[in-house]
Amino acid sequence: MLLEIDGVEKSFGTGDGVLPVLRGVSLGLEAGRSLALTGESGSGKSTLLHLAAGLDQPDSGAIRVQGADIAGLGDAARAALRRDTIGLVFQQFNLIPSLDVGANLAFQARMAGRHDPARIADLAARLGLSDFLRRYPEQLSGGQQQRVAIGRTLAARPALVLADEPTGNLDEATGDAVLDLMLALVAQQGAGLLLVTHSPRLAARCDAQAHLRAGRVA
Amino acid sequence: MRRVALGALLSHWKRRPVQLAMLVLGLSLATALWSGVQAINAEARAAYAEAAATLGQDRLARLVPADAAHVDEADFVALRRAGWLVAPVLEGRMRLGGERVTVMGVDPLTAPPQEGLAALDEDDGLAGFTAPPGRGLAAPETAAELADAPLPVEPARGIAPGIVIVDIGIAQRLLDAPGRLSYLQLHPDQPPDRPALSTIAPQLEERPHDDAGELARLTDSFHLNLTAFGFLSFAVGLFIVHSAVGLAFEQRRPVFRTLRALGLPASSLMALLVAELAALALIAGALGVALGYLVAAVLMPGVAATLGGLYGAEIPGSVALRPQWWLSGLAIALAGTLVAAARDLWRTARLPVLAAARPRAWALISERALAAQLGAAAVLALVAVALAQIGGGLVGGFTMLAALLLSAALALPVILYAVLRGAQALARGPVAQWFWADTRQQLPGLSLALMALLLALAANIGVGTMVSSFRLTFTGWLDQRLAAELYVTARSDAEAEAIRDWLAPRADAILPIWYVEGDLAGRPGRVYSVADHATYRDHWPLIDAGARPWERVAAGEGVLVNEQLARAEGLWAGDGTLDLPGGPELPVVGVYSDYGNPQPQVMLGLDAFTRHYPDAPQRQHGVRAPPEAVHDLAAELRAEFDLPDANVTDQAEAKRFSLQIFERTFTVTRALNVLTLGVAGVALLASLVTLSGMRLAQLAPVWAMGLGRARLARLELWRALALAGFTALAALPVGLLLAWVLLAVINVEAFGWRLPLHVFPADWARLGAVALVTGALAAALPALRLARIAPAQLVKVFAHER
Repeated sequence: MLLEIDGVEKSFGTGDGVLPVLRGVSLGLEAGRSLALTGESGSGKSTLLHLAAGLDQPDSGAIRVQGADIAGLGDAARAALRRDTIGLVFQQFNLIPSLDVGANLAFQARMAGRHDPARIADLAARLGLSDFLRRYPEQLSGGQQQRVAIGRTLAARPALVLADEPTGNLDEATGDAVLDLMLALVAQQGAGLLLVTHSPRLAARCDAQAHLRAGRVA
Repeated sequence: MRRVALGALLSHWKRRPVQLAMLVLGLSLATALWSGVQAINAEARAAYAEAAATLGQDRLARLVPADAAHVDEADFVALRRAGWLVAPVLEGRMRLGGERVTVMGVDPLTAPPQEGLAALDEDDGLAGFTAPPGRGLAAPETAAELADAPLPVEPARGIAPGIVIVDIGIAQRLLDAPGRLSYLQLHPDQPPDRPALSTIAPQLEERPHDDAGELARLTDSFHLNLTAFGFLSFAVGLFIVHSAVGLAFEQRRPVFRTLRALGLPASSLMALLVAELAALALIAGALGVALGYLVAAVLMPGVAATLGGLYGAEIPGSVALRPQWWLSGLAIALAGTLVAAARDLWRTARLPVLAAARPRAWALISERALAAQLGAAAVLALVAVALAQIGGGLVGGFTMLAALLLSAALALPVILYAVLRGAQALARGPVAQWFWADTRQQLPGLSLALMALLLALAANIGVGTMVSSFRLTFTGWLDQRLAAELYVTARSDAEAEAIRDWLAPRADAILPIWYVEGDLAGRPGRVYSVADHATYRDHWPLIDAGARPWERVAAGEGVLVNEQLARAEGLWAGDGTLDLPGGPELPVVGVYSDYGNPQPQVMLGLDAFTRHYPDAPQRQHGVRAPPEAVHDLAAELRAEFDLPDANVTDQAEAKRFSLQIFERTFTVTRALNVLTLGVAGVALLASLVTLSGMRLAQLAPVWAMGLGRARLARLELWRALALAGFTALAALPVGLLLAWVLLAVINVEAFGWRLPLHVFPADWARLGAVALVTGALAAALPALRLARIAPAQLVKVFAHER
């Protein structure tokens, strides 16, 4: 199993007390498969994604990536996991504004020590970014920036791709095209994809779906 | 991985070269002013050490007169005969070939071996040195200046500038001090069986060697003042660094988060950020040290003149490159950068990887933060007040200054916030309301630069008030003190007597100004004679006096002491008695101001003076004469006795000379003030330029609603003017408080005299105008950019909205 989430609970402190966000969530994702995580706003989708990425720690339960429990790992080990194994696509792109598109595309691959200029050129062409490689993020539209963010993740060939609303800023046609590309590339390299989305239409295109409601898998 | 991440971090600067330039400029300027001052201090201290080492004062003990003004040559002979290994030294200041130098007479046969006398070992070296007219040895630069001296002066190594070493006999002739010595140097290896000093020369006492040198101690206050101003400039510069680094950290906060999310450990991120800051600090520090060298080179002649005029300290007018100075400049740049960035580094280290991706609300003001800032300002103000009550010397005084300035700087944003809120409430019309509200919103981004401006303006007002108060008091004091119309110095006692005879029928009064040097309350000082004449009774300003002070002084029943001595020893009128060198113990009957003199001084009635010091030179006189006759009288006097111009000085010339020394004294302070204000201007420019890039999102909606770019640009200019104007108003009370501390605390501790505080509203108006011009210049570039910005740039703000 590429990703195992077992009985994970997570709460956040608020001004009014403790707010439970995840209440014993269990999920699994095999390599080469895709899983859509859907749910209403506030249902805990993004929180679960962050826990799976090692960006935050669960209160209880286990999260295993390639069989290794990441809950007990320190900051450096979790950083290494994200660098070497996981690819994150953020809803807000999180590109590096001072680097041009070419450098952003190559960035995570270089961090992971898997830089392959030919693959980046290929990805840029397939994502329709070849003409923008010398531009900076601020000179791109929202859809173009999201494509750069997806390209940056895929260029590093991660074993597990975690995508948080990757097409939320795109129009329907572009969103479909981008998701097609993601699914194809993930399948091509035998990676797993955990996709957080509001859209039932997009969710239906994944191999499996899980719906979160009030912090539980419905 | 780290290389890739470092590249991403550094790419920020590539995209924002102006911000990088401002950071480097701020740090360079801060380092420049600090290291420039340090270079001056290091150069001066090296000169003092060299002067102290010239005749081995830094390692050889000496025998000095316990009470008298000088050592008799007979004592030297008696001690040598008794087996003591002593060497005579006669020291005195005089004009040689038109240059004022310190002549040091030594006996080459008994003097301990030293580098300065090495030239005497050469062929014919000794004979030429001792046989009249003699030969002088001096530092190369001093020797070059003495080409017209009445004896040949040759360059030699190991002698401080401004000192000429001659044979003791030649020195006695030059200084007109036959049979007299200043002190006896003790060789380190004395015969153990020699008789006790008390049996051979009981009137002498042993004084241990002086590591630092008298000059170093005497000038400590001056250098501490310079250091304090250098530090103030450095602190103002650090505001720029803090502002620029803080902005860069905030702008890159999303990048930090992304880097962490993409697998960069927090420890690596911190290491990279510290390395980046260190590299920037070293580059800027190197530039700053180089710039500091230029600052020091420009200021050094003024400092040399000041130290020469005030303390008789000869230091070179140029700066040498010293490795320790370079290293300390780089170290202070590095330390300053890390201090300025400490808060941001700490925040970044604690940054949760899931923090909001948007830059934290850097420009949002928190009322809670303002309250905390005001609390800190109040605590610092209380510290300043407590220090004012407790005292604590010069360091306590400067700590009080630092607490006062920091308190004012912290309170400034709170005051401006309240003022701007008030202005907004009073504003009529939407544009005016938006203007004040928007100005308030800009406050957090500009507050550091405005604090820097406040400090610079307050320092200018404070130091300006101090200097102007000093000048006003000093000129008034000179008018009173230089009451005689003419001052005449004879070349010998015999000539002086002839001059007195010649003047008797031609002048209204001849006032002897005779003095002896000696130990006053443990410090070297002078005892002056004072004639019983209305000139003194009517003109001399006494700041403290008992009953009939002048009559008692004239009768030899008491002495007047200068303010420095009174404050140092607590010797005020009626408070106690003073031991005069080689003379009696007399009560203090009055205290007089004696600005510009760092040494203790005593006035003794003329009769008592001649009775106690019959051997004192009697060459200098003040001459009272009708003002209209002074010019002719001076000319006749010069012609009659063939006196050089310098020996006959009229009152105006004496005042001019004194004021010249005064002006020189504050040249460096004024220059540092101007430079500090320049640094504050750069701080404001840096903040406005960097903020201008972030302003578009705030300005675009107003532009879209119909406010043209040119008008927006004008409003930006007005905004800077308003903030600079408010800051200047806030700086006024701070500056006056600073002036009070300088005059009532620092001056008293550093120099021993207290001055009255005068106010100079015209100077404030001028400085206010400078503040407005600074604000306008700093805002000009961002405003111009805004006026010329393409509409597409503004439209893009809406295109990016999601």
